[in-house]
Amino acid sequence: MSMLAGQWNYFLVIALMMIGFYTVIARGNMVKKMVGLTIFQTSVFMLYISMGKIANGTAPILTDAAQKAYANPLPHVLILTAIVVGVATTAVGYALIIRVYESYGTIEDDELIKIIEAEEDEGADA
Amino acid sequence: MSGFLVDAALISLLTLIAILAVRLHRLFAVVMLSGAFSLVAAALFVVLDAVDVAFTEAAVGAGISTILALATLSLVPRDEKPHSIALVPAFLAFATAAMLAVAVSDLPAFGDANAPIHNHVAPEYLTGSAEDIGIPNVVTSVLASYRGFDTLGETVVVFTAAIAVLLVLGGYTRPRRRNGDRDKEDGNAR
Repeated sequence: MSMLAGQWNYFLVIALMMIGFYTVIARGNMVKKMVGLTIFQTSVFMLYISMGKIANGTAPILTDAAQKAYANPLPHVLILTAIVVGVATTAVGYALIIRVYESYGTIEDDELIKIIEAEEDEGADA
Repeated sequence: MSGFLVDAALISLLTLIAILAVRLHRLFAVVMLSGAFSLVAAALFVVLDAVDVAFTEAAVGAGISTILALATLSLVPRDEKPHSIALVPAFLAFATAAMLAVAVSDLPAFGDANAPIHNHVAPEYLTGSAEDIGIPNVVTSVLASYRGFDTLGETVVVFTAAIAVLLVLGGYTRPRRRNGDRDKEDGNAR
């Protein structure tokens, strides 16, 4: 399995990660930002899981078979926790989006900034 | 070798889905692509021998996340304002990618059994689990027993998030919705 040598997997995952990163910082729509964050987050999970992989190994479930190479269980445990926590924070994010839309009538960054600036100007005039 | 091909094919598929999700302006399609992304990611986790992570990702990432996003879309406009490619964020993403690539090229090779990560504490969990805990799935025994307090902490985080969602969307602090405004916004969005 010398073909597996090298870090090609990590480079591909980084490319994926940066697509998510770009979406988070470039797009003004908040739902789009959340989707970008999900992509970013899942790519980070892939990076961690890749590190735990052993070539010709198997899942870390003990068997009596001669199979001796098990994938590292620690990144798996870490990422299990991260997935659940990630969904919890995503839920809070979507709840905030709904509240922002109810209060300001938009979920686009630039429109939101205009509305808030206009409100601040009114406050200063009064 | 077949592992390499399946792995590379799945990551290419993920890249395709991610690029489509960035480019589309219809948020319904974007959310569905995000669900597809999680599902293909779950398949990739199976290839990478992380079966527990795979079914959590399929259930929680592809399932619950998509439901949350769809519930949000039922209350907010479903189209994004068109955007062209933003140069500064694109440059930042490329710069970050370059830095990460430099850092990652120092890591041990992918799948290397002699990497430090496989030779420090992991073997002790793998050899001790059957005797200490008595269940064959090492991920479960680490999650629920060796590191049970971490999982308790995770539960606290989820509980806090649930309280936060209830406070943000609960009836006490929430203004009454005006139907007229809602219809106007929907009209503008199309």
